[in-house]
Amino acid sequence: MVLGLLGLAVFVVPLAGLLARVPWARLPALLGGDVVTDALRLSAVTSLAAVAISAVLGIPLAWLLARVEFPGKRVVRAVVMLPLVLPPVVGGSALLFALGRRGLVGEALGDATGLVLPFSTLGVVVAATFVAMPFLVLTVEGGLRSMDRRFEGAAATLGAGRWTVLRRVTLPMVAPSLVAGVVLTWARAFGEFGATITFAGNLQGRTQTLPLAVFVALETDRDTAVAISLVMVAVSLIVLAALRDRWWGAR
Amino acid sequence: MTAGLDARFTLRRSEAFRVDVALQIPPGVTVALLGPNGAGKSTVVAALAGLLPVDEGRVVLDGTVLDDPAAGTLVPPELRRVGVVFQDYLLFPHLSVLENVCFGLRSRGAPKDRAAAAGAEWLDRVGLGGMAARRPGDLSGGQAQRVALARALAAEPGLLLLDEPLAALDVSTRSGLRRALAEHLEAFGGPRLFITHDPAEAFLLADEIHVLEDGAVTQAGTADDIRFRPRTPYAADLAGFNLFRGTAAGATVDVGPHALAVADDRHRGPVLVTIQPVAVAVHLAQPTGSPRNTWATVVERVEDLGSRIRLQMGAPLPLAAEVTRAAMTEMGLEPGRRVWVAVKATEVGVEPGTGEG
Amino acid sequence: MRLRMVGLAVLVMAAAGCGGVGSDPGGEIRVSAAASLTDAFASIEQAYEDAHPGTDVVLNLAASSSLREQILEGAPVDVFASANLLNMQVVADAGMVVGEPAVFAGNTLQIAVPPGNPGGVSGLADLSREELLVGLCAAGVPCGDFAREALALAGVEAAVDTDEPNVRALLTKVIEGELDAGIVYTTDVAAAGSVVEGIAVPAGHNVAAEYPIAVLAGAPDPVGAEAFVAFVLGAEGRAILAGHGFTLP
Repeated sequence: MVLGLLGLAVFVVPLAGLLARVPWARLPALLGGDVVTDALRLSAVTSLAAVAISAVLGIPLAWLLARVEFPGKRVVRAVVMLPLVLPPVVGGSALLFALGRRGLVGEALGDATGLVLPFSTLGVVVAATFVAMPFLVLTVEGGLRSMDRRFEGAAATLGAGRWTVLRRVTLPMVAPSLVAGVVLTWARAFGEFGATITFAGNLQGRTQTLPLAVFVALETDRDTAVAISLVMVAVSLIVLAALRDRWWGAR
Repeated sequence: MTAGLDARFTLRRSEAFRVDVALQIPPGVTVALLGPNGAGKSTVVAALAGLLPVDEGRVVLDGTVLDDPAAGTLVPPELRRVGVVFQDYLLFPHLSVLENVCFGLRSRGAPKDRAAAAGAEWLDRVGLGGMAARRPGDLSGGQAQRVALARALAAEPGLLLLDEPLAALDVSTRSGLRRALAEHLEAFGGPRLFITHDPAEAFLLADEIHVLEDGAVTQAGTADDIRFRPRTPYAADLAGFNLFRGTAAGATVDVGPHALAVADDRHRGPVLVTIQPVAVAVHLAQPTGSPRNTWATVVERVEDLGSRIRLQMGAPLPLAAEVTRAAMTEMGLEPGRRVWVAVKATEVGVEPGTGEG
Repeated sequence: MRLRMVGLAVLVMAAAGCGGVGSDPGGEIRVSAAASLTDAFASIEQAYEDAHPGTDVVLNLAASSSLREQILEGAPVDVFASANLLNMQVVADAGMVVGEPAVFAGNTLQIAVPPGNPGGVSGLADLSREELLVGLCAAGVPCGDFAREALALAGVEAAVDTDEPNVRALLTKVIEGELDAGIVYTTDVAAAGSVVEGIAVPAGHNVAAEYPIAVLAGAPDPVGAEAFVAFVLGAEGRAILAGHGFTLP
């Protein structure tokens, strides 16, 4: 009981500290400023793009890990999990060395297509995808592993080919894991800071997401920083609560 | 081209365990694969459905080779048209009852409305027309079984496999569903194979019985072949099962020298009567109380089955009973001993038909 | 229930108290110094510890504005060395400085470019070229404010691609070649060596940064703090600072 309350305090006390600093009277003016609206728009776009890319690439990867036996699978899974434990700044540096203008891949990419990822919005998406996709891969892999595969066999005896089985049986049956993975992935992408500032830099309207805006504002305009933090808390709470009721609560 | 199923194959599940089966089932014939748990029955279903490739041999359905490792032929399950009712039905939990039933037609490219119409018709046929919008989780076991059957049949299979279709149901609903199942099997024109560990189901539903023990068929033939000429201890154990032909007249069934009172009073004419050996009570004096069927008889034979003792009774009815070893010692049961037997009317199973294909 | 809540409050306060008081005050001097002082203060730390055996100087290096916020929030710090007067003034205005802050060093700005100067940058005017990737320190960070002042003096509207959180982060991205140019301190270019080239900013447009240092009112070790400040302002400290390219007052 005491430990439980103490555990709750770990979450509540910092939140209370934040709320105590909110300049309520100036809040509308602060939130209406273009720094905040730019960052909010950019955060929404980049976090959703990261979720979309994670889904397109992460579901097949989860499939490989759950269903296909191949040598070195343990190593592959460890590599997939790496961004979960790596400090985001390290991840950002790694991205810079790989995809930067003079990076391993980035230089060839730039020569071939003229595409430069650092200091671009696309770079923010890449950084967010890098740190967030493991959540999707691991939850979907778990869902695929715990699913009763005999349902797929049953579908096959009813004439369903591999693609139909995937679309009409496997994916719907792992939907709870998929939704949980998407939510976790989005949350991680939405809150991403370290890899973004290291790899994509910080420029209002182009690469300055809400967490970066908070960080910069903290040193220049504390009230704005608090206001942005409040926005992040509110958006996160709304999304998590809504999805929880709709998807997890119902099950 | 030979119509029906012709399958002879070997499938190795492990170093120690292999399944060896030869099955020929003409269209319109029901074969039961009867065996104890772990005999390899479900492996046979998986092999015929294409979910497990066989290691040797051939599987041919209506002249089409489905599996022939020597020739490198293996038709995947989705192209086989083999309908399966799985033991726990495996209805898709995220789809409605109707969507489950339509699944086969939709997978083969039927337009949505045509598939839905056909599916609805199948639901009507199994008496679940009102359940179309329900989820499988809302169904009783018996309803789920009928949906599974409708789902398999709606896909228009050339062969129907049923893996313990009644095992998941409780005893009270089993008899009624067995009868309904018999009717649906009869309506399906192709070969039918059903798997069971329950001799009553095999005797009542199948034209031909294959006894599968430890991966191998130890005996094949009609119910009477198995019962009267058992070749293995397992089959001999099945032989103790009481099965009589008789003529029903409502609450009584005339079984030759004796008339049995039955609780199931809906039948008239030729029927099959089943009585589980453990449902037969043995007394030294005439029992009093509720049993409707009591008569005096004599113990003809005593068989030691290990934990239980089987008693074969003489006239007026060749009834088998099972008692504990303690009861045998206590009552001094031995050949020639005069006893009373009692069977509750509710323990007498009645099935219409003669039990012959 | 009420008793348990009180117990909880006590626990929480005790935890907070631990962080506020700090551990061993003797032998440990906590110095919060601007990121641009990284190399110079590492040398000063070494020299001070050699001169005062048993004393441990703990450096906390970050943008002056970050350090200012930490101090205002009550972080246990003995000495604050800022890269501009403004941040020191905010701390002094809060009544958290002992005596008057003293200016101990000065710095000028340079344009840092990767070796070979791939962007062909020759002066502040080039920073308006759209095709170049240009970085500054964020506004509010001293190097960022100075850079913007210098650009205003030169009448240049820079096409900025990133506002880096501190001067070291900015310099790193120039060194990696991810940026074609960034406005940093002369001392940073000197410290980086051959991995980066410095383009001079003409004196008319340059802005002279002044570095103030002060002992903090809440210093856990005021005696050690005074001694460290005296060392920085003394002959040895001045020599080290000059060696790292700082101008001296």
